[in-house]
Amino acid sequence: MLVNQFLMLGAVLFCIGVYGVIARRNAVLVLMSIELILNSVNINLLAFALRNGSADGHTFALYVIAVAAAEVGVGLAMVLLVYRNRKSIALDELAEMKG
Amino acid sequence: MLSASTEAAEAVFTSGWFLDHVWIVPIIPAVAFALIIFFGKRLPMKGSELGIVSMLATLAMSAAAAYQWVNRVEAVEKEVFVPPVIKAWTWWSSDGFSFGIGQHIDGLALIVLCVVAFISTLVQIYSVEYLHGDRRYTHFFASLTLFSAGMMNMVIAENMLQLILGWEIMGLCSFMLIGHWWEDGANSRAALKAFFTTRTGDIGLLVGTSVLFFAANEWTQKTLGISGFTIRGLSAWALSGEPSSTAITVGAVALFIACIGKSGQFPLHTWLPDAMAGPTPVSSLLHSSTMVVAGVFLVARLYPVFFEGMNILGTNVNFIVVIGGITIIIAAALAFVQNDIKKVLAYSTVSQLGYMMMGLGAGAWLPAVFHIFTHAFFKACLFLGAGSISHSASHHSFDMKKDMGGLRKYMPITFITWIISTLALCGVFPFSGFFSKDEIIDNVGHNGYNVFMIVGLVGAFLTAAYMTRATYLTFFGTPRGASAGEHHDDAHGSHDTHDDHGHDAQAHDAHDVHDDHSSHGPRESGKLITVPLIILAVLAIGSGFLNATPFGEKWEKLKVWVEPRAEVVDPTSVALVAHGGPGEAKSLPAAEESEEGHHSSPCGSETPTDGVCVAPQLNHAKFKWSKAALSLIIVFAGILISWFLSMQLYERKNKALVGLTQRNKLLGAGYKLLANKYYLDALYENVIVKAIAYPISRGAYWVNQKVLDGAVNGAGIVARVSAGWVYRNIDQRVVDGTVNSSGAAAQGAGSALRPVQSGKVNQYGALLFGAAAIGALVLVIINT
Repeated sequence: MLVNQFLMLGAVLFCIGVYGVIARRNAVLVLMSIELILNSVNINLLAFALRNGSADGHTFALYVIAVAAAEVGVGLAMVLLVYRNRKSIALDELAEMKG
Repeated sequence: MLSASTEAAEAVFTSGWFLDHVWIVPIIPAVAFALIIFFGKRLPMKGSELGIVSMLATLAMSAAAAYQWVNRVEAVEKEVFVPPVIKAWTWWSSDGFSFGIGQHIDGLALIVLCVVAFISTLVQIYSVEYLHGDRRYTHFFASLTLFSAGMMNMVIAENMLQLILGWEIMGLCSFMLIGHWWEDGANSRAALKAFFTTRTGDIGLLVGTSVLFFAANEWTQKTLGISGFTIRGLSAWALSGEPSSTAITVGAVALFIACIGKSGQFPLHTWLPDAMAGPTPVSSLLHSSTMVVAGVFLVARLYPVFFEGMNILGTNVNFIVVIGGITIIIAAALAFVQNDIKKVLAYSTVSQLGYMMMGLGAGAWLPAVFHIFTHAFFKACLFLGAGSISHSASHHSFDMKKDMGGLRKYMPITFITWIISTLALCGVFPFSGFFSKDEIIDNVGHNGYNVFMIVGLVGAFLTAAYMTRATYLTFFGTPRGASAGEHHDDAHGSHDTHDDHGHDAQAHDAHDVHDDHSSHGPRESGKLITVPLIILAVLAIGSGFLNATPFGEKWEKLKVWVEPRAEVVDPTSVALVAHGGPGEAKSLPAAEESEEGHHSSPCGSETPTDGVCVAPQLNHAKFKWSKAALSLIIVFAGILISWFLSMQLYERKNKALVGLTQRNKLLGAGYKLLANKYYLDALYENVIVKAIAYPISRGAYWVNQKVLDGAVNGAGIVARVSAGWVYRNIDQRVVDGTVNSSGAAAQGAGSALRPVQSGKVNQYGALLFGAAAIGALVLVIINT
């Protein structure tokens, strides 16, 4: 069974995504990295669905895709607003939440 | 050596290798698309060579497959069922539920495949010159190539889901290509409009596919051992007499709604004329000859489902034929009030698609498919001709009244190819449109749809008239505006956005070229533009002879090659996945000779008893010159009347005609209705969108004001009263003591943790993932 390979792929994608979220300054690239993380989760779900021979994993993966689409919609809207206000989407300049 | 290799080649050719491997065809452009995207900009021709080579390869492969198919069908008797070449692999499977991907190759798939490959090749060659120096040149070729991959995938689709895949790829490419010059707001609006309008119809595609799957799956699994998504399964199921009439009618209507959206039928045709905002090669390939016939193709592909679901041949009116008929007339009428030459052609496309739908709805399957075939050539030629005019003569304008006229002297090749294609579109003998359109009208009448035969004839009259008007305005009379060499900068601003976008900062060379030609008036276009025009014009004459009914049965080639034979066959031969040679299908002795000498088969009319059908038995009208003469007279009348009126109106400025719409109230109202496109756009945007979007926002506001605020205010009052009591009794005595000490503790912890609250999102992310990782570690340790 190829489940291990799928899980490895998922793990690699997840790590790339986490790296992107932590290391990137550009807000759009961070959003894209989050997409990578969500898709690595999808791959895991599908891999286990394949192993267990049930459609549940597929259903969940579709659900995750729908949620991810909504998330990107909201995220991009926020990025757009930030850009309009500050003419920049570099995340390290956005330190308003500093306590 | 040589003979051995040719023998091997011959063996490949006759054994049906190409037929078995048609599934490679869509993969070629898909790979080319990826290559163009990744490496295109570094190549000497910016990726266009990859697109053209991939198109030539697909053209060669589909032509070879078509040749083998022709050999195969001609080897057997005319009534013997030739099984389609089917291959399927599992695409997705889970929980005993699966669907495949593969190929379903028969005459219909091959004829459309060849047309797509052929027109794509010519359009890509044409685009090399037309879009020379464009800013997104490479992306243009990438999208064009991906579009071809999508369309080919849809055409060879083995099941409905593969078909949806190709269908959606085309929708996406259409969006990208219409909005190719998205810097202009109008273009991106047109792209969005096209996308959303076709999406509206696509809901029907998903609903219809699901309905048909759940209705048919049990039967197809039991009888044929294949899933209810497969095209052959659905076809056999529809004709088996098994399906409940509700299920199949709902499924067919839902699927047809998708076809209305994609093929620009009334009332969702409004996106197609706006789609002309894209570059002209796109209009030519996607929005006239190939993509928009996807809906027509779907109806033809799943014809048994529509045949039973809509009760075609059973009554003399049904949903498809009505929509087709309305579309013919309203689109043709709209073409009269357009000044943009591409919009005239766009409405003409809508109207011709109406003919195809009407033919399919009236049981004229073969004529409709034949019309797809001929229409692709002459319409592509007309669009490319319009592009040629704007490219070389009218300074990137498409306005016939302002910037054209008298061009026949300057652009002889464009003029001749245009005239040939126009005559083909009008249906003048012996151009190709005559054979296909006349056959549709003839068969619609033959099958008892008399009202719609008259609609078809009126449509033919209108077609001839509006095309004559467009031809007159473009090529005859006196040159006006840009084609007279004028350099009108006021109009320039609005028109050059069409084509000049690429010629800015990064494309100075190209700009020089363009400035150069605008200074010396109209001239003929270059070879890369005229050669495709000439090839298409030759086919606009020649393609009609592939099914030239007037010359007797020997000329009816497409009837033999393309039309599926309605024979009752053994279920195994339909479910067959590997390739089946001719004669492998076990024929059952159901054949009877009817009185007319026609082969009659029970398919479609009654329940097949011992076997299944995959195609309904259809009738063909016998060609009569008297009927053809009637339609030819109508066409010539249209041409002459329109010519006379155009001459009076645009050249001689006849006082009785000019400004008639302002003087006569009735005509004025009609003109206003047409100029506003029957107010359909206003209906969609102002009424429907507002009706849906406004109540939602108003409702949300009401809930916010009344419910939420009320709840909040009420809670506030209750809280204030109780708070007074709590303050006096608990807070002062019990809490304060605790709070003071915990406050001191919090202050200490807060100052210790303050550096963590850096305000930097990335650091928060790192903390989040670090915490999650620790949590995961703890989980693993606990569980082991």
